[in-house]
Amino acid sequence: MSLGRGDPVGSAAELGFDGLPPNAAPVPAPSWRPWLRDRIALAALVLALVVLPLAPVSPYWVTLGSYVGLYALVALGLVLITGVAGLTSFGQAAFVGIGAYTTAYLSTVHGVDPWFGLLAGVALTGASALLIGAITLRMSGHYLPLATIAWAMAIYYLFGTLPWLGRHDGLQGIPPLRLAGVPIVGDAMFWLIWAVVLAAVAALSNLLDSRSGRAIRALKGRAAMAEAMGIDTTAHKTAAFLTAAVLAAVAGWLYAHLQRTVNPGSFSLNVGIEFLIMAVVGGVGHLWGAVLGAVLLTLLKDQLQVLLPKLLGTQGNFEIVVFGALLVLLLQFARGGLWSFVAARVPQRPRAPLPATADALPPRRATQPPAGDPLLEVSAVRKEFGGLVAVKDVSFRVRAGEIVALIGPNGAGKSTCFNLITGVLPATSGQVLHHGRRIERLDARRIAALGLARTFQHVQLVPTMSALDNVALGAHLRARTGVLAAMLRLDRRAEARLLAEAMRQLARVGLASQARQEAGSLPLGQQRIVEIARGLAADPELLLLDEPAAGLRLREKQALAGLLRTLRSEGTAILLVEHDMEFVMGLADHVVVMEHGEKIAEGTPAQVQRDPAVIQAYLGSVE
Amino acid sequence: MDVTIAAILLQDGITTGAIYALMALVTVLVFTVTRVILVPAGEFVAFGALTLATLQRGGVPGTVKLLVAAALIAGAIEVASAARRGQFAALPRALAGLVAVPLLIAATVAWAASRQWPLAAQGLLALAAVTPLGPLLYRIAYQPIAEATVLVLLIVSVGVHFVLMGLGLYFFGAEGWRTPAFVQGSIGTDAVTISGQSLVVVAVSALLMLALAVFFSRTLRGKALRATAVNRVGARLMGISTTYAGMLAFGLAAFVGALSGVLVAPIATVYYDSGFLIGLKGFVGAILGGLVSYPLATVGALAVGVLESFSSFWASDYKEIIVFTLVLPALLYRSLRHPHREEEEA
Repeated sequence: MSLGRGDPVGSAAELGFDGLPPNAAPVPAPSWRPWLRDRIALAALVLALVVLPLAPVSPYWVTLGSYVGLYALVALGLVLITGVAGLTSFGQAAFVGIGAYTTAYLSTVHGVDPWFGLLAGVALTGASALLIGAITLRMSGHYLPLATIAWAMAIYYLFGTLPWLGRHDGLQGIPPLRLAGVPIVGDAMFWLIWAVVLAAVAALSNLLDSRSGRAIRALKGRAAMAEAMGIDTTAHKTAAFLTAAVLAAVAGWLYAHLQRTVNPGSFSLNVGIEFLIMAVVGGVGHLWGAVLGAVLLTLLKDQLQVLLPKLLGTQGNFEIVVFGALLVLLLQFARGGLWSFVAARVPQRPRAPLPATADALPPRRATQPPAGDPLLEVSAVRKEFGGLVAVKDVSFRVRAGEIVALIGPNGAGKSTCFNLITGVLPATSGQVLHHGRRIERLDARRIAALGLARTFQHVQLVPTMSALDNVALGAHLRARTGVLAAMLRLDRRAEARLLAEAMRQLARVGLASQARQEAGSLPLGQQRIVEIARGLAADPELLLLDEPAAGLRLREKQALAGLLRTLRSEGTAILLVEHDMEFVMGLADHVVVMEHGEKIAEGTPAQVQRDPAVIQAYLGSVE
Repeated sequence: MDVTIAAILLQDGITTGAIYALMALVTVLVFTVTRVILVPAGEFVAFGALTLATLQRGGVPGTVKLLVAAALIAGAIEVASAARRGQFAALPRALAGLVAVPLLIAATVAWAASRQWPLAAQGLLALAAVTPLGPLLYRIAYQPIAEATVLVLLIVSVGVHFVLMGLGLYFFGAEGWRTPAFVQGSIGTDAVTISGQSLVVVAVSALLMLALAVFFSRTLRGKALRATAVNRVGARLMGISTTYAGMLAFGLAAFVGALSGVLVAPIATVYYDSGFLIGLKGFVGAILGGLVSYPLATVGALAVGVLESFSSFWASDYKEIIVFTLVLPALLYRSLRHPHREEEEA
């Protein structure tokens, strides 16, 4: 069967699987036109930024443009942590403040070179971010916002209280930056700031399109899934938070040497909230949204200060009233931010084609265990929720090269049992042995590292990422490249191998032609199959499938059964929890039947089907 | 430090802590029912206090103008939305609640303003003037985007906060006001005295919390609010209107906020922008309680009040720094106690 190239979308052929790994990954070649248009747009932006100070405009606009660049830099960090990773921070202004005050203090009081002030400011900010991150990032929810509010307030009052930081007057007489002895002021400062902004956009956009970037994109709402793929979510949250804090510190450093004075008011909680407003109004899910938000909000506030006194008189503080009302009104009509209007009119930027010749990733294990070797041994495992015993001392084993099915009526404890094996829930008593090693106390991430890959009963894909990127999440543990390498594009070879592997697995399950589609836009049946491909990308020794056939049509189920048989013949062991008898009986080598938390029978499908206890459980007694 | 000073500080701390606790309750209530972080909670406090202060001077408070404007805007939105859907059956009731009642209250307050009513009666007028602002603001700013993300709702809240704070400056001016105490005198021995006003604050706060507890556990409306807080979709399937729940929550928030303002006005000078810091400290207390539990939020807020009072004695310059910095170790403790708390939001 063909792998979908040229097939009409939704044809029966596309829904099938042929189980054979193809030699090359067939991806429709992206058109070069959008790529070229993107380059032209970027070149035009750069040109505009270069020319703007040279044009006959008043220096006021150049300075305003410099401030816009600084705000954009901070808002970019917020897109990464708030928009992408789902962590709200009110404390970015405090990070800007530390960057600014460090260089201001060192250069005015101790006469230290500003470039050293940059290093010191970034180091101090980074250390604060790591401290706050260590306290709050292990927990999700409301703790990070609160910690950053408290932090922002404390830093603001500290700046305003410490005598050697000039209290509320701040520090004056900060020297300008110098490059080879030439002071960077005015137009040059504008260019420097915007060069840093563009570099930050490039670095963050590189990061998001990488192994670490996929992990960060999975943090928002999918942290449990990410952990089950072996991703250290706390480490990735910390990395994102640190990146945003460093961007803020750099902005603070530039700010101090642009304005040449610093005072606490510029770094208060209100300013931190304004950065958040810029990001949300611009479009917190897009990097360019941050830039757009910074431009719009700065211009808006500037113009309101000029316009309103003319319209309404100088009495009262109407800027803030009108500003607040506009904010409320704007979000009623564009809750995704203004960039979403731009993005809707511009077709998605196609990514570079995959290198067809990327080396295959090395296998996770030197040798597959011989068929019949016990892989997983569940021994008298028990789970109690308060007084309820959900799983009562259940034992069974999974051998290499076989398909074991865990079946039972609703509420039998199958999924709880599955969660005990996959490290989602800790067992109350009993053991789970993997190659004779106890694993029932390990968390989901460590279990993934052992070569056990799983799918979820309720599909857990990152809906805004492509099917290909979702599958690549499964191969996370098979590469090592980190955040910095991704920003600098030093990860391209490893990245190509990861994506080629993801493509290979997608082709293996028959979804190669859907690789570029957003996972959330695929029909549910295909989403389940993408989850299986994601599991396969981990090169698992044992594949754990939680109700893989739920919601599939007959033809899809047959194709899935075919795929699972092929996997078995290639040496992958499979444990599946399932409702569908017909699906299980034609497929499994060994069936374990549970009812009311207890194992009531096990054996070959034929043995189980004859078992009186099983018949009673499913059909009721014959009387 | 001797016993007398410690007693005064403790008394101060508990009094302000009681106000923070009320703000904490409001924050938890509104957040759980509507997912809105009520940044303008503090503005209700400032408006309550300053409305009373204006009435004391015999003036018509600007709150009246705001009430009229908000009622007219909300009414226009109701009419427009009814026209868009072509359904007018529910319109008269909505207009009666959102337009007629606020206008009536505004007229009453304006009429009574110059009549020098006794302090307690003016306090009631202030409450009556501020409370309808809650449901009106919900209808205007939040209800149209009730299903947006917490982040978007937060930014809307910031917008509302800006509007109210700016109007506060316009209505009440930049100077601060203090009102006479509701109760004069004090009780106690020579060493330890407790001022009457402090007792009033703590007693009213405690009564209010008790009343809210009864409301949530014993009445159908209270239970409907709790159901909405636990599961919005489930509550809607049971026939509970989430819109109604949101308005009720905002109404309670405005009422409790205004009451806090009326209570705090004799103890502290209130400025148009004082509310934000009061609300913020209530929020700190609420989060220390995990944003879910009312008793814990109360304890957290009282702790913030006492801490603030003692640190202002030892190191008054560093008062705010100490209060806000100590949040971090408190969070660290929570993080170590409950390491794996996932609250996933799709």
